[in-house]
Amino acid sequence: MTKRILLAIGVVGIVVGSLFPFIWFLLTSLMSQRDIEAVPPTWWPSGGLHFYRSALFDHQLTDYMLNSIVVAGSTTLVALAVGIPAAYALARLKLPGRSWIMGGLLCISMFPQIAIAGPVWQILERIGGLNTHWGLVLPYVTLTLPLAIWILASFFKELPTELEEAARVDGCGVWGALLRIMLPLAAPGIFTAAILIFVYAWNEFFFALLILTQPEQQTLPVGIALFQGEFTMPWGELAAASVLATLPLVLLVILFQRWIISGLSAGAVKG
Amino acid sequence: MTQPAIDLATTPQTGPRARARWLDRLQAWWMIAPALAFTLVFALYPVIESFLLSLQRVFLAVPSLGQQWVGLDNFRLLVQDPVVRQALGVTLGFVLLSTALEVALGLAIALVIHEQFRGRGWVRAAALIPWAIPTVVASQMWRYIFNDQYGFANLLLFGDEVARYVPWLASPGFAFVIIVLADVWKTSSFAGLLLLAGLQVIPHELYEAAKIDGATLWQRFWHITLPLLRPAILLALLFRTMDAFRVFDLVFVMTQGGPGDATQVLQFYGYKTLFTEGRMGYGAAISVLVFLTILSLSLVYIRAVGSRLLEREAR
Repeated sequence: MTKRILLAIGVVGIVVGSLFPFIWFLLTSLMSQRDIEAVPPTWWPSGGLHFYRSALFDHQLTDYMLNSIVVAGSTTLVALAVGIPAAYALARLKLPGRSWIMGGLLCISMFPQIAIAGPVWQILERIGGLNTHWGLVLPYVTLTLPLAIWILASFFKELPTELEEAARVDGCGVWGALLRIMLPLAAPGIFTAAILIFVYAWNEFFFALLILTQPEQQTLPVGIALFQGEFTMPWGELAAASVLATLPLVLLVILFQRWIISGLSAGAVKG
Repeated sequence: MTQPAIDLATTPQTGPRARARWLDRLQAWWMIAPALAFTLVFALYPVIESFLLSLQRVFLAVPSLGQQWVGLDNFRLLVQDPVVRQALGVTLGFVLLSTALEVALGLAIALVIHEQFRGRGWVRAAALIPWAIPTVVASQMWRYIFNDQYGFANLLLFGDEVARYVPWLASPGFAFVIIVLADVWKTSSFAGLLLLAGLQVIPHELYEAAKIDGATLWQRFWHITLPLLRPAILLALLFRTMDAFRVFDLVFVMTQGGPGDATQVLQFYGYKTLFTEGRMGYGAAISVLVFLTILSLSLVYIRAVGSRLLEREAR
């Protein structure tokens, strides 16, 4: 009985605690300016979609969104293209020193951004990558690779070896075995990795702030962090922009909750 | 690849088989080469270069001055810089407080979403929302909740009594607490997921046996769950500590390190030194300080969990 009560309290706590700040912003985004400025604050919105229109078209939110889609999308593709063969080699081919490589990757995923920020900026300046989307994708790929490789390797390791060996006996090369046999089998792992890479690149702020100084290039987090009005803080537009920036992620979480949870804990405490 | 017939150690290094084996090895290296290249160029080299930069004087705005070796001058400055001392203190306080709260709250979340009940998928999705929301958005949300005029916090605490409304983020003590609160909200569920993975490997029979012996809920938690969850708890602490050290977005959006230097953290101070003031050498010294602090902390943890993690990996 105590267990049921504790569980009920826990469930209510999790749902309310996780959602209420977001719902407060959602309500704010639907308010009118008068609702927002009411002192004391009001609860219920009466403004309709006014702030959404204003955020999208007066505050260049459409540009930010497009930039974010390009950056997060290409980061995901490149990180997978680089990470899949690496994870396969590390999981299935007997490479000497592979546990060192895996450990090293884990360390890199924990680097503080500031420890590499200066030199990364200098490299990008030298090769003309500042204020370009590909210049941002390069460090993003580097920083998401460890996670991608850990997830993919843990998936590759669990696949049966027989199919692959049969393919090799039939004259498939290493690449053939990977592309034709293993890739389709590892699809769930690849999908999981793709979601996590995308979320990382969609949310990343530090490097986006350093590398993209022109408003036309900036991604959503930079746009939202530097959000400003002419005279006062435009909370309504900011709330609308935040809701729009978060919506794709909320959808991902609702649809793929299971994959995300398995991916985040992959290689961590498994087995 | 598990066939003993082509084990390198026992077969002579000639013939088509050995050749095929050697080709496989070469292929394997080609497969990880791009990943290694990214890592070397954009992670390893920059860290080494940061160390070298920290021994030089470089100003971004005046490239004509060039780079000048100054030995340990930057570190001498670092030791005397009161803002560094303040930022180190604030960062360590933030890391300790937020990590402890996140792992404790994460444990509660993990225990709840590990149970079987109707609608569990939705509760799990709800728990993941804070993790998925961009930190910058979360920061703006909390900044708005603690706004002095329009904020939800004042409405909740004081209702109509506008005269009593508190300008939370303008008060040094509150500002720090609010940054911790926002971080705990954002990342507890991630800690919870790591702990959930740990819960899932505890054999169910243990609980059944304990129940038969008449152990209470609390006894089962204290004598079965907690000890068996130790590795997962250490891992969650490690991940959260490393991540909390990098706190930047929250501070940038909510306080810019203020009021005064009450929420000044190392990564934000380093960012300002490097890119607002353009002092590459001194900024690099700050980043070396951050790097070494994290390294030494992680070594402490890795002694506890890391070696076992790698062993399992090697099998």
